[in-house]
Amino acid sequence: MPITYTSGEQTEVYRFSVPVTIGVPLLALFLQAFVPLRFPRFAAYFDLPLLVTIFFAMARRNPISGLFTGAVIGLAQDMLGHNPIGIYGIAKTVVGYGASSLGVKLDVENAGARLLVTVGFYLVHSAVYFTVARGMVNMTQNWSWSSGVIAGLANGVLGVGVYFVLDRFKQRT
Amino acid sequence: MESILGRYRNLIILVGVLFLQVLGLAVQVKRSATDARDTRLIRIWAVGAITPFERGLVWIENGTGNIWHSYFYLRGVRAENRQLKQEIEQMRLEQVRLSQDAEQARRLQTLLAFKEQYISKTVAAQVIGSGGSDLSRVIYIDKGESSGVRRDMAVITSDGVVGKVLMVYPSVAQVLLINDQSSGVGVILEKSRLQGVLRGTANGEVVLERVMSDEQVPVGENVLTSGGDQIFPKGLPIGTIAKVGSGKDLFLNIRIKPAANLSKLEEVLVLVEKQDRQAMAEDSVRVRAADILAQRLPSVPEKPATANESAPETKAPAAHAGDEEDVTSTDPTTPAKTAPRKPAAAAAGASAQTAPGQSVPGQIKRVTEPPKPKTSQPQANPPADQGGPH
Repeated sequence: MPITYTSGEQTEVYRFSVPVTIGVPLLALFLQAFVPLRFPRFAAYFDLPLLVTIFFAMARRNPISGLFTGAVIGLAQDMLGHNPIGIYGIAKTVVGYGASSLGVKLDVENAGARLLVTVGFYLVHSAVYFTVARGMVNMTQNWSWSSGVIAGLANGVLGVGVYFVLDRFKQRT
Repeated sequence: MESILGRYRNLIILVGVLFLQVLGLAVQVKRSATDARDTRLIRIWAVGAITPFERGLVWIENGTGNIWHSYFYLRGVRAENRQLKQEIEQMRLEQVRLSQDAEQARRLQTLLAFKEQYISKTVAAQVIGSGGSDLSRVIYIDKGESSGVRRDMAVITSDGVVGKVLMVYPSVAQVLLINDQSSGVGVILEKSRLQGVLRGTANGEVVLERVMSDEQVPVGENVLTSGGDQIFPKGLPIGTIAKVGSGKDLFLNIRIKPAANLSKLEEVLVLVEKQDRQAMAEDSVRVRAADILAQRLPSVPEKPATANESAPETKAPAAHAGDEEDVTSTDPTTPAKTAPRKPAAAAAGASAQTAPGQSVPGQIKRVTEPPKPKTSQPQANPPADQGGPH
């Protein structure tokens, strides 16, 4: 019997309508590409597609669905840049799988848990990205714990707000 | 066996998806580290899905901005207009001086049969999006193949170089900024004429590489394109030297402050056409600083034309006052060109009383050729100060 730390109500699996499933990741990608034109440091600290990946993965609570959501969003994010396609794809696949697996076992409905989960997955995402970019693509990367944690906290705070808005689109299965 | 597959189904799928992506990545890396042409077809989906929204939002933003600036934000425009007019006056005077230098340079280049690249056509474009990542410093512009934009074209602003076109789609193009770590620009320092390669770093700084540590590189010196990369024409401003330190392997570590604000780009110019042509020296000088001043200063109203004005005696003072350096009007006997300038030119310091060979403070000196006397016309008394070069 699998060990879970969630109540029966909290393990409920949610689904989303097709427009939300397609529109929300597209909106996140659009904002991620557009906002840095007006706020140049936005891209250095925030990763909206990552927040959307974590949200969908945790809400659906299905590891396969989570990893595919992460892969698709990550690959789309790769396509907007000029680096080889797959770096964000791999990182977000891992995050999608991890977040959905965690969603099954943990209560991730309250703000505190969401903040911690987002900070943790931001660091996981950064570590995977760093490893792939440096190890496979030979890109010059500088790892900094301090900036990683700050960016993780920033994403966590933003994530709590974003999840609160996206909760409105949840549909009970 | 089936139970193992069922038990680890999620993990197996995860490994499979990761493996496929790693494989795809490896293929791309092997083909080319920087050339993204192979993945153009895939990238076009994401670009096609995102850029219409970006274009729309920029359009709305510009529309509201224009309404604000055209109707509501007109306070102080008159004062600003006056100030700008004064600046234009100053710049026109400066332009005359610079055109003299340029003409001299052109003459020297002609002598040496130099070939130079000229910008012959540019396309203005609006910045509509970015790469969305700090590790991929690219922007999207709203002009693509349909506007004549091609890969590897230079992108600039009035301040300086921005980057080069990396990917071209039908109606948008991706521009690699000079502060991306995969970019490289051949540059030259304005005064010391040291050459190097400009590169971006992982954290978005711009550094100058390949300058030996025994070279003297002053902070604040301007950095220009050298033209060696065959993308950017020679002489475009890139930035200034912000910091010089010792680097590794006998090279200096030089940081550059880009002239263009790379983090807040709104409009850019794409150099769609360059021309390789040999420098041609111009035969005549068009405008002089004294002439511009003369046009601005009050002058004595012209007298009604009389028959005497066409006589050689009345021409002489006018040509005289037009000062000794005027070779634009190659025919010194034409009164219409020189006579109206007479009083103002005199007031501007182009002295009619100056002896030949004597320099006048504030005047621009230039090397001129003596006007050729017309054989069909009597040149009995040419003005003494027009007789030869000064």
